[in-house]
Amino acid sequence: MEKESLITSLKRIVKPYIQDEVAFVNLTKETDFINDLKINSANLVDIVLDLEDEFDIEIDNDAMEKMLSVKDAIKIIESKLAEK
Amino acid sequence: MKKRVVITGLGVVAPNGVGISNFTHALKNGISGIEFHQELADLNFSCCIGGIPKVTKEKKAKYFTDLQLRNFNSSGILYGCIAAIDAWKDSGLPINDKKVDFDSGTIFGTGTSGVEKFREAIYKLDDKQVRRLGSTVVAQTMASGVSAYLGGMLGLGNQVTTNSSACSTGTEAILMGYERIKNGKAKRMLVGSCSDHGPYLWGGFDAMRVMTYKYNDCPTEGSRPMSTSASGFVPGSGAGALLLESLESALERKAIIYAEVLGGAVNSGGQRNGGTMTAPNSNAVQRCISEAINDAHINARDIDLINGHLTATIKDPEEIRNWIKALAIETNKFPYIQSTKSMIGHCLAAAGAIESVASIIQLKEGFIAPTINCEEVHPEILKVIDISKIPRKRIQKELNLIAKASFGFGDVNACVIFKRFNH
Repeated sequence: MEKESLITSLKRIVKPYIQDEVAFVNLTKETDFINDLKINSANLVDIVLDLEDEFDIEIDNDAMEKMLSVKDAIKIIESKLAEK
Repeated sequence: MKKRVVITGLGVVAPNGVGISNFTHALKNGISGIEFHQELADLNFSCCIGGIPKVTKEKKAKYFTDLQLRNFNSSGILYGCIAAIDAWKDSGLPINDKKVDFDSGTIFGTGTSGVEKFREAIYKLDDKQVRRLGSTVVAQTMASGVSAYLGGMLGLGNQVTTNSSACSTGTEAILMGYERIKNGKAKRMLVGSCSDHGPYLWGGFDAMRVMTYKYNDCPTEGSRPMSTSASGFVPGSGAGALLLESLESALERKAIIYAEVLGGAVNSGGQRNGGTMTAPNSNAVQRCISEAINDAHINARDIDLINGHLTATIKDPEEIRNWIKALAIETNKFPYIQSTKSMIGHCLAAAGAIESVASIIQLKEGFIAPTINCEEVHPEILKVIDISKIPRKRIQKELNLIAKASFGFGDVNACVIFKRFNH
């Protein structure tokens, strides 16, 4: 999958959880879910579930712990897609 | 004139010891009650370890009638009733089958009641068998089930209720009972809390990834409060109970007095300023602790020991910083601090009550229990307090004042101050 379309999907998925509109509008690969988008850390679990549904992948605990930014998420989704 | 409130009875059902003498032995020797549970592994839990008290069939039969045990499937009520009846008997009070005691009541908390019983009922209902639920579902699944059972077993005629404030439930129950006696509304209040065990209660926490999944092959090492390698809490279960009584009533009965409840505070961070459903507003935590100290009319530097909430998540260092700010004393005057959860896991709604029982035991016996699995203290904690403040081995020491705090989901806080009683 192209990176751009991956970011588009990711943006759609995280949108319901974000609490900083400006950071969301200016989202880049460097954007941090908790520090920039102000997502409640408890909601990261829900984002993982939504990503699993969207891409038909499974994100394990170790991978989830590393998923702190847009860049991390893309890396994890790409590697899980490649495993399929 | 406000009444003084003392503790004259204790009862406990903990993962590492059922009954006060077994629990005391476990506390003194740093014995963990955490085990691997195949049932959790079979259900694909990430965390397959937990703390479940060992209650035999024979033990159950001593507290419940055969009829009560028919179709009984509520572990929280089981633990709660055993701990509470033990506390009642420990205080030397009689159980009268005929008379109602209008001077005694109970505030016995829980998070949720009889989840397994509820599951049973839902399966029957979905199978269109509502008629076959029988008479036992309501009493075992209503939140106030535990206090309702106790009211009947002991003939309590004062307030009989259940409180619920997530993981601060037990500590809150103590303070609610304390207020009631202090204000002359009751002579005796049986207070405490209980929590069910098992996958149907723990599953939601596993899904939130707040329980550790790294110690499935070494369960007793899993609960690591204040440690560098803390990676989430280990779920526990059980119950703790305290018989609170006005000083007058206790003296009149010539009861043995274990300790005095000097005061306390409950509050909420309002899920503002960093507080959320699951995270604490640190300002509110500090405020709760300092209000408890003021309410008890003590000087913070006289506190000998803190029994913290300290669950073994990433929030432990923040809790320690909150204690430091709330106590507002020089770092070298900071009291000893411990986490009972290192041995029993996080017993959720039962935590505050079991840990308060642990605190009173240490007051009356004069020792500080070890915090286990904390060989390497978290560097953020060592930045603010000296390593000697966290006893990893038991210390024999006469204690006078203990501060106990519990915090819960919903951004709620409770802090109570216990004092040794000099006869």
